[in-house]
Amino acid sequence: MSGMPGHTGGAVLTADEPSAAGTASAGDCSIVTRGLTKRFQGGQVAVNSLDLAVPRGSVFGFLGPNGSGKTTTIRMLLGLVAPTSGSWELLGTPMPAGVSGVLPRVGALVEGPAFYPYLSGEANLRRYDAAGPSADPRTAGMRIGLALERVGLAAAARKRYRAYSLGMRQRLAIAATLLGPRELLILDEPTNGLDPQGTREVRGLVKEIAAEGTTVFVSSHLLAEVEHMCSHVAVMRTGRLVAQGPIAEFRELRAGEAVRIRVESPDTAEAAAVLAALGLDEIRLGDAEVSAELGAEAPERICAALVADGVAVRGLAVQRPSLEDVFVGLTGKGFDVDG
Amino acid sequence: MSTVSGEPITRRGAGRGAGEDVNGDVGGAADGDTGVGAAADRSAGVGGAADGDTGVGAAADGGAGVGAGIVGAGAVRTAGGVRTVSPARVMGAPRAWLRLLGSEVGLTFRRPRNIVMLAVLALVPVLIGIALRTFGGPGGGGGGTAIFEQVTGNGLFLTFVALSLLVQLLLPVSVAVVAGDSVAGEAGIGTLRYLLVAPAGRTRLLAVKYANVVVFCLAAVTVVALSSLLVGLMLFPAGPITLLSGGTISLLEGVLRIGLVVLYVTAGMAALAAVSMALSTLTEVAIGAVAGTVVLVIVAQVLGAFPQLSALQPYLLTSWWNGFDGVLRDPVATGEMGQGLLAFAAYVVVFGSVAWARFTSKDITC
Ligand SMILES: Nc1ncnc2c1ncn2[C@@H]1O[C@H](COP(=O)(O)OP(=O)(O)OP(=O)(O)O)[C@@H](O)[C@H]1O
Ligand SMILES: [Mg+2]
Repeated sequence: MSGMPGHTGGAVLTADEPSAAGTASAGDCSIVTRGLTKRFQGGQVAVNSLDLAVPRGSVFGFLGPNGSGKTTTIRMLLGLVAPTSGSWELLGTPMPAGVSGVLPRVGALVEGPAFYPYLSGEANLRRYDAAGPSADPRTAGMRIGLALERVGLAAAARKRYRAYSLGMRQRLAIAATLLGPRELLILDEPTNGLDPQGTREVRGLVKEIAAEGTTVFVSSHLLAEVEHMCSHVAVMRTGRLVAQGPIAEFRELRAGEAVRIRVESPDTAEAAAVLAALGLDEIRLGDAEVSAELGAEAPERICAALVADGVAVRGLAVQRPSLEDVFVGLTGKGFDVDG
Repeated sequence: MSTVSGEPITRRGAGRGAGEDVNGDVGGAADGDTGVGAAADRSAGVGGAADGDTGVGAAADGGAGVGAGIVGAGAVRTAGGVRTVSPARVMGAPRAWLRLLGSEVGLTFRRPRNIVMLAVLALVPVLIGIALRTFGGPGGGGGGTAIFEQVTGNGLFLTFVALSLLVQLLLPVSVAVVAGDSVAGEAGIGTLRYLLVAPAGRTRLLAVKYANVVVFCLAAVTVVALSSLLVGLMLFPAGPITLLSGGTISLLEGVLRIGLVVLYVTAGMAALAAVSMALSTLTEVAIGAVAGTVVLVIVAQVLGAFPQLSALQPYLLTSWWNGFDGVLRDPVATGEMGQGLLAFAAYVVVFGSVAWARFTSKDITC
């Protein structure tokens, strides 16, 4: 069962289950929140009793539809916004008291890039480096150079930020999170505005950084992206946490759902007859395709039977329910803005 | 519902050790902070409470600084026992402050808008000098003051003329632009959140930003003084100066006394800057804070112009800006300037506190 002492929110929690985060031992977690709540002036509750437990060393996907409170949560974690109630810890230190000691070890990208338009990319990074209490100015040039190289901006280092494209700006913001040795990266939609190449690079970068032992907390509403890089996932809906746990558990969640086989063919009636003869259930006829629950049948046997019956098979696919189906289930009406 | 897989996390090690090291550094760094941070913290609750906020932002600054500072000051506890902290580490804090101030100052003086403003401030004394040279003093209808008439006799007086003219509006406007923009401008373009995440520390950032604005005030006043000194000496005769009180002083001493005036006017502008920064913490629209400051200056000047409201005069910032005539007496008459400096200090304390209470408790949502 969840809620055992010492375990770090390992199970997927859903809304009808008691939260385990409260009992998670903070030592194993980079981020722990307990009942974190933010009610904005005007009464909008952006985050509602959030209990998060982000294990150290994980790549933690923070998912939710637009307006579900992801950015507000991140702002609270970083001490930019004061919670209405609740408490939280970063890297084992209670916040906000520990801000000045902890944040130098945390790199953060919050709601997109923000830089001085009249400065070059390099000068912008130097500015943020100078703002911290403990970065060594003697190594600043080297660290900035490395960070720019890591995000592929070395060639544009001296260009004014004003002249950067959207993707270059996003890359510069990621570079700013890599200015020092970090134990935790908090990335709010890091692939926003990046081209497919850039998206893949960021994914690679996140994996690389995680492999060095850094915990990465990444918010997104792109499920495919999260599926590709995350070891753990939490799902928000209108300010509430609806589930969190290792991504493998989410895969298990959908394991109970039916795997289907889809046959593309102009001869839909014949194909359906073959599938029925094989004893498959839930046969659905579509436009030049037929699908059915795969059950225990082997796909290659179905293929052979179809071909033996002279059905023109143009395509054959086994379809597992995607993570997206799981998330849409969890977030109700799907990824639309609520409230 | 589902089973627990308490997935052990093993990829740690190096990162953690490094982190502890950083922590030690921070302890030292936070140390210099404690004076301001700790003192600041207590009233943070008050400021925060007044705002209807929980005051967490404020606590974010001081609390950690104090806790870490106690460790950093003497020794850092490590696995191997207690090791003393080298002076260089303890010195880290002031150095980090200086680095941030350097960054602020660099940003201010590299910004094209500010360079243009300084250029305009340098140009105006040239225009005044040429006008006086061409048409003589404004004399005639009784508007001409003693100082104006003296310019044509001694170029050094151009500095006094230029400063007393520019201190009415042009200097305050340029100070308002820089100070009003200092917090609101960063909030507006979003850089404020990244500075705070760095973490700059709210109290530290505000203090450094104010120091930077004071540097700008000094630069602006100095530019006016130097420009008028040069133009005055080029266009008009130079020599020993006849004081308002009758005696004379040498040219060199005259220049030294101009230095006093520069400092006095800078203090007056620094007081205005505190007002402007307080407004700057209330908005994310920089132009609002700038315009608000200018409106306040004009309102104060209008109020000061009514003889019926003379009771208000001592409380208006604008009434003291021109109070530097005393340096043209022998010995230097310090009475009015002293009172002026007191008024300036009062403004800095009051509006500095407002800015601080607001900034340390504010939600940064942009
Ligand atoms: N400063 C604010 N004042 C009032 N309400 C706010 C404020 N900031 C955010 N909100 C509200 O809080 C809710 C959560 O916003 P938030 O930005 O955290 O969402 P998000 O999950 O990051 O969305 P997205 O995916 O679009 O970035 C929204 O309903 C939003 O309208
Ligand atoms: Mg967001």
